[in-house]
Amino acid sequence: MLDIRDLEAGYGSVTVLRGVALDVQPGEIHCLLGRNGAGKTTLLKAIMGHVRRQGSILHDGAELTSLPPHEVPRRGIGYVPQGRRLFAELTVAENLEIGLMTRRSGREVRERMLALFPRLGERLRQRAGTLSGGEQQMLAMARALALEPTLLLLDEPTEGLQPSMIQLIRDVVTDLRQTHVATLLVEQRVEAVLRVADRVTFIENGHTRETLTADELRGRPELLDRYVGV
Amino acid sequence: MHGGVIAALVVLGFVLPEYHHGAMARILVLAVFALGYNVLFGYTGLLSLGHAMFFAAGLYGTGLAMQQLGWSAAAALPFGIACGAALGLVVGVLALRTIGVGFMIVTLMFAQAGYLTSLYFTEYTRGDEGFTIPQAARAIGGLDLSNADTRYLVAVALFGVAMLLKLWLVRSPAGRVMVAIRENEERTRMLGFDPFRYKLMALVVSAAFAGAAGAAYGVLFGYVGATFASIQYSILPLLYVLLGGAGTVIGPLIGTVLMFYLVDFTSSLTSAYNLVVGVALVALILVARKGILGTIRDKWARWIP
Repeated sequence: MLDIRDLEAGYGSVTVLRGVALDVQPGEIHCLLGRNGAGKTTLLKAIMGHVRRQGSILHDGAELTSLPPHEVPRRGIGYVPQGRRLFAELTVAENLEIGLMTRRSGREVRERMLALFPRLGERLRQRAGTLSGGEQQMLAMARALALEPTLLLLDEPTEGLQPSMIQLIRDVVTDLRQTHVATLLVEQRVEAVLRVADRVTFIENGHTRETLTADELRGRPELLDRYVGV
Repeated sequence: MHGGVIAALVVLGFVLPEYHHGAMARILVLAVFALGYNVLFGYTGLLSLGHAMFFAAGLYGTGLAMQQLGWSAAAALPFGIACGAALGLVVGVLALRTIGVGFMIVTLMFAQAGYLTSLYFTEYTRGDEGFTIPQAARAIGGLDLSNADTRYLVAVALFGVAMLLKLWLVRSPAGRVMVAIRENEERTRMLGFDPFRYKLMALVVSAAFAGAAGAAYGVLFGYVGATFASIQYSILPLLYVLLGGAGTVIGPLIGTVLMFYLVDFTSSLTSAYNLVVGVALVALILVARKGILGTIRDKWARWIP
């Protein structure tokens, strides 16, 4: 579903990623692990066309690197950046609506999102900037899911959230697997990763290293030492 | 609420003394200019320093079509609006390649080029001195636009149409995207919208409003001159909007009324009126950072569009 080969990406004249290769299967939770500054976030941004990039990113057979950035979400790729980035001045309902507009999917999807995150339903008229961190994360995810993506990119979705919220987000991600939505997840908490991920790819200094299943990783804890420093 | 504003304006027309009656007609036309400016600045977050060129495009488009080509007011008015919109499209395609301060400078330069153009072709435009449109030509159907009462009602009608159009626009899906771009352009792109398209649309709509104000000014007050293409008329709509409340539908009208009378009143007291106006504006912005209606909305009435 997503097949990245020989990807180089960076900001301006600074190249962050080199020779990156990665594949994500339908319905898979694929996790990127690596130290701060290894290039995890840059990889997500490169997929979205947010940074300068070269190489090949195939999504369902279509080349993403030749598309303008605003076309990428229309191909079914949802992105929840680190720090959530809501439209703080708009209400919860308006934030959701903007997510829904690109797909013209309307009421039914909106109802589904509110069923997924009932808390948002109670806050529809509230300005997004005044929500709690967990609620903002729910809204950011709901807005990305409103596009009805087949691939969801999540950048540290549980950062700074309380445990109950982390559980909820984990449940949502696991549920997505049932509907064959793939998730590419950047996450720092190794124990959380081992609990939800199907496969893990390590990134080090802008290069992708080993890719292995969560079970295989449990048998090789030395890899965590080497790439994440736990 | 918006219907109420229009009704109040119509009623005002019957009770205002003669001087204020004429001033108010002028204010309403300038408020249409401000409404358009607000579409771009208040809702889409783009600060233009060149809106005088769109006002002047409407003014000269209408004025020259009547003066040089002998068009009727009924034909020249929509032509003026089209001139504003067309200029908006051309300038937009070029200027929207820049952002922030770059956009301000590029629009300022375009407007300056427009101003100099109007001075260069003095033979037609009559430069700073300008020209008048004869009273006989200023009529649409049976309506004599030089008549004070008719003029006032036409100005109210124009303002009403412009305000409702704008209300409809900002409540439409496209309006939501414009606000989203103002809040976070990159994020909007990541949700699958092409910001350039929406910004261009906002600029063309904004320029069409400015063009409509210019065109209406020409036929209602019968005067066409290069002063309206000068930098002063690029700054005024910005002040009207800041004062009234950026990103509100009626704020620009409030800002225009206040600013007009502030200048009117202080200039009768002292020749240094610009200083007084400046100090008053600074004081007001310190108290109400989001303009009058913007502050009221934040503090007491979240429902104001």
